[in-house]
Order: sequence, then C-alpha cells, then structure tokens
Amino acid sequence: MKEVRLEPEEMSEKKLEKTCPTCFEVPIGPIHPALKEGIRFTFWVEGEKIKKVDIRPGFMHRGIEFMGTKRNLVQLIYLAERICGICSVSHPLALVQAVEEAAGIEVPPRAQYIRVIIGELERIHSHLLWAGVAAHELGFDTLLHYVWKVREPVLDLLEDITGNRIDYAIPIYGGVRRDIPPEKYPKLKDALRYYRSLVDDFVNFFLRDPSIEARTRDVGILTREEADVLCAVGPTARASGLRKDVRQDWPYFTYPDLEVKALTPEDMGLEVRGDVYDRIVVRLLEVVQSIQIIERCLEEMPEGEITSVPKVAALLAQLKKAEGEGIGRHEAPRGEVIHYIRLEADKEAPVVWKVKAPTYSNFMPWFPMFEDQEIADIPIVAASIDPCICCMERVYLVRGEREEVVWKEELLRLSREKTKRVASRLARHAPWGRKG
Amino acid sequence: MIFKALFQQLLTKPVTNCFPAKYMPKSVVGFLAKVEKGEAKLTPPVPVTEGFRGRIAYDREKCIGCQLCIRVCPARVIEFKPEEKKIRMYVARCTYCAQCVDVCPVGALSRSQDFLLADYDRFSPDLIVE
Repeated sequence: MKEVRLEPEEMSEKKLEKTCPTCFEVPIGPIHPALKEGIRFTFWVEGEKIKKVDIRPGFMHRGIEFMGTKRNLVQLIYLAERICGICSVSHPLALVQAVEEAAGIEVPPRAQYIRVIIGELERIHSHLLWAGVAAHELGFDTLLHYVWKVREPVLDLLEDITGNRIDYAIPIYGGVRRDIPPEKYPKLKDALRYYRSLVDDFVNFFLRDPSIEARTRDVGILTREEADVLCAVGPTARASGLRKDVRQDWPYFTYPDLEVKALTPEDMGLEVRGDVYDRIVVRLLEVVQSIQIIERCLEEMPEGEITSVPKVAALLAQLKKAEGEGIGRHEAPRGEVIHYIRLEADKEAPVVWKVKAPTYSNFMPWFPMFEDQEIADIPIVAASIDPCICCMERVYLVRGEREEVVWKEELLRLSREKTKRVASRLARHAPWGRKG
Repeated sequence: MIFKALFQQLLTKPVTNCFPAKYMPKSVVGFLAKVEKGEAKLTPPVPVTEGFRGRIAYDREKCIGCQLCIRVCPARVIEFKPEEKKIRMYVARCTYCAQCVDVCPVGALSRSQDFLLADYDRFSPDLIVE
C-alpha cells in the first residue's frame, strides 16, 4: 500500500520558506463568508495553487458533554438531539443504543423499524440539504433554491410523523415515543414516490450538467489509500471507493434484515476517482437507497408495542439502578457517530458521556484534498465532506501554561519584559557597559 | 439540463406561503396592529399537523403536584409553587419536546397547536402558563 504522509518533509514550514519563497499565507476563518461555522484554515499558496494547509478547530466548543453529566438520562436525549440540528435523530439514536446496552433494556421490533424509518428520512433531507449547499458554493443558486424546494415535502412528512420539522424527539430508551399509524402509510408512500420521480431530474441537474462536472471532476481528490489511513467515514469514504458503512459492518436495529450495502460510485457504473463529483454521486445513490429501505420497512413492519418501558417514571427508576458502560453507533448522513456512556448505580446523571461526531473523522482527509487545489475551489472542497464543526468540537486547547487569548494586562506584561530584555542586552553591548 | 424545469417553475404556483402579508409591510408590528383593528388582512400561516408539538397546555384542576414533569424537563421550564402544589411554566425556555406530556400521570398537560409565540418580553402573560 502506498505510504501516506500527512505532512511531507519538504512541505514543513521552515523548508517551505526556503523552497518556496514566493509562497503567501492566506488565512480563512475563524469567521469567514465562505464558511458556515467557525474554523480557521491557513493556506500557503503559490500563485493560485495551494501548497500546504493548516487547520485549527476549537472555536465552537460548547461543553455539551459536561452539560450532559449534570442532567438525568431522559433530559440527556433532548440535549443530544441538539448537538446537531441536521442529524437531530442520529445523535439520540446512538445515545439510546449506548444506554440500552449499559442498562440492558430490550427494544421491541416495531420500535426498531420506526427508528430506521426516521433515520432514513433524515438521511434524505440531509443529503438534499447538502446538495443545495454544494450548488450554492459552486455559484449555482438556482439549483440551491430548487433542491431546497423539493426538500420541503420530507420535512413536512417528518412534522406529520413526529410533531416537528427538526428535533423530532422520537427515540426514548426502550423504544420510540410515537407510533406511525397505518393511516399515515399512504402519505409516506406518496412522498417516497415523489422522490423516486425526482431521481432522474437530479441526475440531469447535477451529474450531466457540464459546468458542475467541470467544477467538481478531479477537484479535492481523496484516494482510497488516504481515506483508509485517515479513517474517513460516511459518504466521504465511500466516494473514495471504500465500502465502509456502519449499517453494513456493525448492523444494528433492523438493518441486518434489510441487507444494507455500502454504496460507491461503482454501483452507478462509474470509475472511482474520489473527487467532489464522486461525493455527489454517492449521496444521490444513498437517497435512492434510503427510499428503498423505507419502502421495505413499511412492508415488513410488524404490529406490536412501540416501547418496552411505557412509563417514563418507571424508566427513570430503572436507569437509576443501572450500572455499566455502553457504546452506541449509528450511520448518520455524514458518517459514523459514536456515543459512549458510563452509568453508576444511584446516580441519575451519567458519569461519563463521550460523543464522536462524523466530522471528527472526516477532518484529517481535508489535508490531502486541499493539496494542489486552486483558491477558488476552497469552498466546495471544504463543503464536500459536509462539515458540521459545532457537532465535532469536544475540547478547547490551551497550549502549555499560557492561554490562547492574550488580554491587555498580559500584553502589557510581555511588552515590559521585552523592554527589560532589550535594555539589558543594550547595556551589555554598549561601550560603557563592557567590562575588561 | 435544468432549463426545462425552471421554465416549468415559472408557470406553477409558488410554494412559499406569504405570511403575514403578500408584500413585506414597512413595520410588522404596525401591520399586526392594523390587523387587530380590522384594517388589514392577515395571510394565515401554513396549518400545522395534527400531532404538532406547540406550546404546552396546562389543566390546573387535574394537576396533583407530583413534580414528575419538573424531573424530566430538559430545559428547566417548569417551576413548582409549593403553597398551591401547582406548576408554572416559562414558555420562553421551552424546547417543545413534550416529554412532560408523556410523563404526566393524570394527563394535566397536553400539546397545543400554538406556535406564533414571538414576544418582546420573556415574562409576558402569553409566555407564562400556570
């Protein structure tokens, strides 16, 4: 296998100065119109070509894990839901799996089917949202408005089933909070038929559009080896030809029965190049896959209970007694999300709660993607992994003893120290200060 | 190509519901005052679905003061009034998860369809349920 180096030696900062004296440093962020969230990119460019990139996250840290350890487990679901507004069912789904593993709670089959349906509906709306954002980054706002218009029916459908467009508040430990009554099946099927009829349009608008192809083909390439070594997840990994999907590799809920396969551009008969175009292809394929999964779920969904612990008060009492640890993983639209939880008896709040959002894994693949790209391609390459910076931020780094933010007092102290240093050096070199 | 779809768009009805008025009024507050007087007509918002989770409705008579809702509320919306053994809710903090509705043993809480709750004062009578 080809060796992948994150920072080739000749590209290190000092050598860069020597080998590339014409390189300019272009900072983008933390707040920049091209970015949706706060993150800082530093690009070293020669002409239009990016030679090296450095990325610094940490501006959007919200301390959500700490907040979680101050709440009981039922309250925690709604906090987990707010880690990400777009994957607002993925985080709770991973969390409930972790807690169910720790506390040994069974989930009835019907509840598992409902969880899968909501998760896949979310995937459809998230991928459509991304397609709109990508079109916007390419300067194709007509397509943005068109895609977001056709995204509305799935949001309306989610509102109909769960009671809200986002933040569905549907999973609970041991099942789901609301059933999908058979009266709503026709509405669901209508919406799925609508999206099926749109697939050809999407292929025409995105994949056969010459300007989109020109802007995305061979842009932001991530090879298969790089994706594997840098642990890319989700559509980013699959677009590089890596058949990697939690629903296939570690099936949960009813996914083993549904036989979900990870999709790559090969499934559309295309050669895998790992560029932005391939990421569009994979996401479009996944919308179709989600439609198929929901259709199968509606056919196979058994009758029965939707939760194994219907009384929330009893659930709270059971969770208070529970002791142990659990891991929950779910394939969110952006990739794998992992929740780890540790419970102790007689404590309502979790002792440890650890969240890994998909962008955390898709962060390193940015480095090879940006290499040798043009400045104008930065927005689309950055957007191509569908970054969600707020969800990802878990720490704020303070290097050494010194804080990153330098206040007035600190600055004044530094200035005085420098004066002292300079004065003493001057005194040493001055003719009157020389001894002997 | 997208052109065909775009020309079709020109001939179809816009999906956007022009709420509160077809053309943006100079002042929304002034416009709403006019509506109250009956001088202007409000374009109604898109109707919500049956199971919509809006502002929580509270049936004071049914409440037994068990405080379970306070235990599960993720946003700490609910305050207990010990002397009456009833609750007070500050809707400005509410995240509309309706977990309190699920937990209430006597069915004193229910979801309503109200969602137009914007206000200048977070303690206005509209935003306090008791």
